[in-house]
Amino acid sequence: MQIELHKALRDLLDTAEYIKDIKGEDFLNIKEYVNKINEICANFYDFSPSEIKAFYEKTKETVDQILLKAEETLTPYEIVKIVRHPKRFTLMDILENVYDNYVELGGEGELNIDPAIVCAKALISRRVGNEVYFHQVMVIGHEKGQGEEYRRGGSATPWGNEKALRYMKMAETEGIPIHFFIFTPGAYPIEDYPGAAQQIARNLYYLSKLEVPTVSFISEGGSGGAEAIGLTDFRLMSEKGYYSVISPEGGAAIEAKLRDERPPRELVEKMAVALKLTAQDNLKLGTIDRVVPEPPLGARRKDYEFFKRLKFELIKATDQIVLQTRSIKLLRRYALSKQNTESFKYFVNWELSEDEKEILMENRWEKYRKMSQWAVLESKGIFKSLTERGAKITQSLAYEFKYQVLKKGQKTFKKFLDELLSESTVLMKPVSDPVKSVYNLIVGKKIRPKVRALAEIDVDSSMYQSPLALQDRTVTCPQAEKYGCPDLWVPDLYGEFCGVCPTCGYHFPLEYNWYLNNIFDRDSVKFFNEELSSSNPLNFEGYAEKLKAARKETGLNSSLLSFEAKIGGISIVAIMLVADFRQGTVGVAEGEKFIRAIELAKLTRRPFLSLVHTTGGIRIHEGTLGVVQMPRCTMAVRDYVDSGGLYLVVYDNNSYAGPVASFLGSAPYQFALKSTRLGFAGPRVILETTGQPVPPDYHSVENALKRGHIQGIWDRRELRKKLFFALLTMGGPNLYYR
Amino acid sequence: MKIDFQQLTQMIQKLKANPYKIYPVKTPHTGKIIEFKVKEGMEVTGPRGKWLEKPGSPLFVLEREKNPKIISSNYNGVVQNIRFEFLNKFVEAFETVLEIKHALTQEEIISEILLSTLFVIKAPETARYIINPELAKQIEKEGLGKVTVKQGSELLTMTFMKRETPIHLRERGTFVIYRLYFKPFEIVPSNAPLIGLCPVEDLPYLERIIQRIKEEWPA
Repeated sequence: MQIELHKALRDLLDTAEYIKDIKGEDFLNIKEYVNKINEICANFYDFSPSEIKAFYEKTKETVDQILLKAEETLTPYEIVKIVRHPKRFTLMDILENVYDNYVELGGEGELNIDPAIVCAKALISRRVGNEVYFHQVMVIGHEKGQGEEYRRGGSATPWGNEKALRYMKMAETEGIPIHFFIFTPGAYPIEDYPGAAQQIARNLYYLSKLEVPTVSFISEGGSGGAEAIGLTDFRLMSEKGYYSVISPEGGAAIEAKLRDERPPRELVEKMAVALKLTAQDNLKLGTIDRVVPEPPLGARRKDYEFFKRLKFELIKATDQIVLQTRSIKLLRRYALSKQNTESFKYFVNWELSEDEKEILMENRWEKYRKMSQWAVLESKGIFKSLTERGAKITQSLAYEFKYQVLKKGQKTFKKFLDELLSESTVLMKPVSDPVKSVYNLIVGKKIRPKVRALAEIDVDSSMYQSPLALQDRTVTCPQAEKYGCPDLWVPDLYGEFCGVCPTCGYHFPLEYNWYLNNIFDRDSVKFFNEELSSSNPLNFEGYAEKLKAARKETGLNSSLLSFEAKIGGISIVAIMLVADFRQGTVGVAEGEKFIRAIELAKLTRRPFLSLVHTTGGIRIHEGTLGVVQMPRCTMAVRDYVDSGGLYLVVYDNNSYAGPVASFLGSAPYQFALKSTRLGFAGPRVILETTGQPVPPDYHSVENALKRGHIQGIWDRRELRKKLFFALLTMGGPNLYYR
Repeated sequence: MKIDFQQLTQMIQKLKANPYKIYPVKTPHTGKIIEFKVKEGMEVTGPRGKWLEKPGSPLFVLEREKNPKIISSNYNGVVQNIRFEFLNKFVEAFETVLEIKHALTQEEIISEILLSTLFVIKAPETARYIINPELAKQIEKEGLGKVTVKQGSELLTMTFMKRETPIHLRERGTFVIYRLYFKPFEIVPSNAPLIGLCPVEDLPYLERIIQRIKEEWPA
């Protein structure tokens, strides 16, 4: 009796302290209650049991009321605090309480390739009437750790994400569903192989066509790190979780343009509201599918009711995905929609047949294609959009006919003919060769193989004058100290030298118009979807004005240009991220434009080029709507590459964060111009996260090549030629010029 | 092979009289000096940071063709002999504008003396070098300045692209290994010093000198 009372008192103290941590000391005198309970606990045997019991009952009532009050007045920043609180449940608690049994894979505890990522094979059970069914699933997620520093708070290293990918593939081989659990403040921003950005891109690329049902559960979704295991068929989110493009602190530091100091508290709280990072906000934005309810002030480690609910939601979500692919599903679908209790009335087999896998892929693509589309502004009349739609359908039919029916037949015939001819030469060789050599001996002719150039391309240097070249002065090359470069006269540098130091090859930044005019054939660039722009979907304070200013300054509607062009007569579809418009950041409009461009390339069987003038990552003002552009665009890339397209990426100047970790980094052929800087996070973020400064050349293109992130370093003066030959020598077989 | 004591004494006297090294700072090219950023006697520092990524103290600004260029210091020291007459004047290339007086530290003086007095074996080629394992073991046990080698004994192994060549001591006499200038398995450019040897009979004298320098120059 005494012990039970003491334990109950301890639990009460725990709750009171938790409220104090989340809401602050001054919230409804919670500090006083904490002190009071603490005192009674310490001098427990000085009081009579009845006294204590009376105190307990009275205080419990008040604390419960305070808890409810606290829940009512919860702010987004307090939700962030809940998520980061050490008492919050972690993946290990879920593995213990939601699943019936599990085996951890790829390391245990500290003896692990990456302790921040836990992979496990687990069994989850459902009771239907008196029967108990077991499903085998793969569980992959971040482990924040229950006081273990080595888990880095759930920050996955590049090799941790690689480990996750390895077990995703394993699950695919075995045909079992995957449950992902996202508990990460962000990826660990180091560039060592396989590279933070590049590995996230690889994960996304693979996830987009993973042929098993996938469910993700988000408790702490920190941008790119979350996305690495977040592209799934069904996205659950816990009620007190957050899913955001950046931590409120990081966002506040960027908005206030602070460099080395911490942003003030009020600014961080304001940013947490503005980023719309809570579960309800995300549900409204359409970036998640369902919210898993939690007890007041969030589930802690011993909230078994919550785990029961989570188990139910996980099974329900997996059922839903599987049933969407089934032909016989009507009744069970109905039952599912009515399902609210924790015991199931039916059983669903989670194995998929080949046809069902195809439907699963289609459903997934459709889901992400539609996501965030509502936030794009497209100023078009109904008539215009209708005619465009008609034209699109006709175009699609024409291209299908041309490539599927005509070209395919032609191709098959040509292949057959080639084979036949090769066979006949082999057959004739023993006969023809001696005759030939005797003939050559008599005539005195040597056999010489015919050599011919692959193709040639003209380089017209007198095409375009950069406005930068109009100054009469000299500049110093930044590497002059090292290589002894003489000063460069500006008209020479930005004219004849294409912005390249002739001594050391340092590339000075050039404006994006230079590329449009000097890389592609004269007058071949035709822009499309120019009118697409962002609509400030989060009503972020000051964002509309910033967009307006950028539009006025550059005359563009978004930072991404999409256009058709020709290089040496080869038609291509291309996009370009330009620095002038908000540092080449990617938001909803940019993502939509990218997908439309790559879809056009797929339809018209043309190579696709991403020319990155500069990109600064995902635009924080569009919150998670910006983040979901990562999976969306990567899926489009996968679709295009799988259909046989050639996707080339060329980086220039600065390329960082989200885009590199998705639709750029997933390209099979990536090249960079010299003096480019390329990576996941900048030096300051790395210093803040890892505590280690990085050398000044950490993000240099040479190091990127050394780490295997890119395929080669190009010179800007030869870019046109290099691109032309890359188009000729790479790519899948169904490109039209093959 | 013997140490030339007379030369050594002269050198020490010279260093004692003027324990500084003077680095002239020259204009890299023609131009106009539009501003001096330092005053006579001001202390300046060379490049700093773990990777020397932060440039040294700015010294003066040289302008040519509307391109002002800040010339910064490459050494730690004190500025002297600034030629203020150059201010706002056209200056030829490689003209000394000022000097940086760098006070030599105890360590620098000792290494300078050793480099000129010891018998130094230099790297014949750009390659990786490893010290003979037996010698390495002895040095680890007894320390530098204790282990002796004789003519013909194998000192080092030069390894380049997995091909190994032994390097023997050619000089007559017995020597003590006094200094190692390289780290094993690191690429050493050709003609860089590898090992500093001291004849056994001169060792006490050399050690006395070093001891004296250590006493006279505070670290």
